[in-house]
Amino acid sequence: MQLVDVKEKWTNRINTVTIGATAAEGGTRGKTVTVGGETTLPMLTFEGEIPNRPVIAGLVVDIVPPEWPDTLKNAIGPEIASPAEWAKKAVRDWNVDLICLKLLGPDPLGQNLSAEHAANTVKAVLKAVDVPLIIWGCGDMEKDSVVLPECSQAARGENCLIGPATEKNYRTLGAIGKADKHKLIGEAPVDINIAKQINILLQDAGFNVNDIVMCQVTAALGYGFDYVFTIFERVRIAGLKGDKHMALPQIANVGWETWKVKEACADDDILPGWGKSAQRGPRWEAATAAGYIQAGADIVTLAHPEAIAITKQTISELMKGD
Amino acid sequence: MIIIGERINTGFKDIKQAVMDKNPAPLQEWAKTQTAAGANYLDVNLGAVSGKPEDMIWMIEQVQAVSELPISIDTNKVFILKEAIKACKKPPLLNSTTCDPVKLNPFIEIAKEYGASMIGLAMDESGSPKEVSRRVECAGLIAAAWMEAELPMERLFLDPIVMPIKFMQEQGNDFLEAARQFKMLSDPPPHISCGLSNISSKATEKKLLNRTFLVMAIAAGVDAAIVDVMDTDLLNAAKTAELLANREIYADAYLQK
Repeated sequence: MQLVDVKEKWTNRINTVTIGATAAEGGTRGKTVTVGGETTLPMLTFEGEIPNRPVIAGLVVDIVPPEWPDTLKNAIGPEIASPAEWAKKAVRDWNVDLICLKLLGPDPLGQNLSAEHAANTVKAVLKAVDVPLIIWGCGDMEKDSVVLPECSQAARGENCLIGPATEKNYRTLGAIGKADKHKLIGEAPVDINIAKQINILLQDAGFNVNDIVMCQVTAALGYGFDYVFTIFERVRIAGLKGDKHMALPQIANVGWETWKVKEACADDDILPGWGKSAQRGPRWEAATAAGYIQAGADIVTLAHPEAIAITKQTISELMKGD
Repeated sequence: MIIIGERINTGFKDIKQAVMDKNPAPLQEWAKTQTAAGANYLDVNLGAVSGKPEDMIWMIEQVQAVSELPISIDTNKVFILKEAIKACKKPPLLNSTTCDPVKLNPFIEIAKEYGASMIGLAMDESGSPKEVSRRVECAGLIAAAWMEAELPMERLFLDPIVMPIKFMQEQGNDFLEAARQFKMLSDPPPHISCGLSNISSKATEKKLLNRTFLVMAIAAGVDAAIVDVMDTDLLNAAKTAELLANREIYADAYLQK
C-alpha cells in the first residue's frame, strides 16, 4: 500500500536577524550571529530549510543575583565577580555563540546602580569578547528607559540585540534601536496577542519589524512552561503561514528564569529522590532549553556551563538531518 | 491579504489622458498614494488606449520611479507582456490568462523565466462560465499546468470571476462556492484572487457592495483582490474578516498595520 505524503509545505519564511557588526560593518565584533530563515517547524529538516541553527547566548549578569545557589556560582567560577571576565570565560571555555548581558544592577528594588555604571559594564564586556552582545534590562520599565538608552549609545555600531521592548516602553526602545542601529527584543507576558501588538507598535513607531526578535516572559520547566511552549509554537506556525508580524526569530531567556525555581536551586536534602543539586540544576536548565528549542526558539540564554554543554549536544543531535 | 491597487488603469480618465500626453504626474501620484495606503502590488493597465508595448513600458517605468512595489502587468496580450516584463525591477504579477492553452502556456513560460506570479481566470476564451463546475474545471486546468511547470503554488492566483450583482445576481453565490473548491485543488492551496469592483458595476451602493462582498469572499477563501486601495473602510473590513476567519493572530492594534 502506498503511504500518503504527509509533509507540511509552508508558504512563508521566518525572517533572518543578524546580531553583531564586524569592523567592515562599523563594529568591532570578530563574527556575527544570524538567526531565523526557517521554512519549516523546528528540526523538521525533511520538510523545509533551517539555514541557521539555534544558538546559545551565555548569560552574564552585572551583579551576582542574590538567589543563585552556590552550585551555579561555583560552576561559573571566580570570574562571576567580573562581567568582562565571566563573558571571556563563557566564550573561551564554554564556546557560546554570543553573550547575553543581563543588567540587574540598575534595578531600583536591588542595588539601584546608575545608567552610567551599566553603560561602563557594556563597554567592558564588548572589549573583553568579540562575539555579538545581547543587552537585557532589569525589567523595571522606568529605570530601563534611562539605562538602556545609555547602554545603546555605549554600544553604538555594534548591532546588539537590546530589550525588552514592551507595550510600556516601545517608543523609547524603538527610538534607540533606530538611532544606534541595534536589533530589539519584543517581550510579551505569556500572551501571543500582546506579542503581535508590540511588533505592530514598534513598527508604528518607525522601527523595522524585521529587526525584532520575539520573546515571551520565559517560564522554567514546571512553572507554566507548557503555556510558553505553545505560544512559541503558535507564533512560528502563524509566521510560516504568512503573518509577517509573527514571522520573526524567537528568544527564550532560559538561564535567567531557571535559576529562580526551587527545582534548580534547592539543596541536596530538600526532598528524597530529588538527587544532588549540582546535577539537578544544570539538567533542569538544559531540559527547559531543549523544550523551547523544539518549540521554535532561535536563541536560548544559558548560565550553567554544564547546561551549555548539554544544550550544544542537543542541538547537534536534533540537527543531524541538516 | 494581498492587495492589488487598481487605480493606474486607462479606464480612468486622468490616467488615459496622462498616457496619451505622456504626462507622468497622475501615474506617479497614484503610485505614491496607493503605496502609502498599503497596496502589495500596483496594477498597471494600458487598456484600449494603445496596443504598443512601449506605452505599457512607459507606464511601468513611471510607476517604478516613485514606488518600490512590484507591478501587476494588466494585459492579456502575450506580445505586450513579453516586452513589459523586461522593464519590471521586481518579479511582477501577470494579470491575467484564461485556461485556454494558447494563452496559458506562454503566460506560464514567462512566469517561469522571470520568477513572476500569475493570475489565472477561471474561464476559457469563449467567456466566463455560468456554472460552478466549469469554473472549477478551468481553474483545475490552470493549476495542473502550473504544477507541471514545477512552479510553486504561492505564486499562482486563481480568480473565480466576479460578475456584476446588478445583472447576474445568482453569480455571487457561484463565485463563493467556486472559491471554496479552488482551495482544495492543491496543498498548499493557490491564492484566490478577484477583481472586486466588478461586483458593484453600474450599481448605486458601490462601496457597501464591494466591502460586503469582499468580507464574504474572504470567508470563502479569497486572500487577494484588485481593489480601490483608497477605500479605508474596505481595507479595514478585509483585515477584520481575515482575523475572524482565524487567518491572522489578533492584536489590539491590528488596524494599524
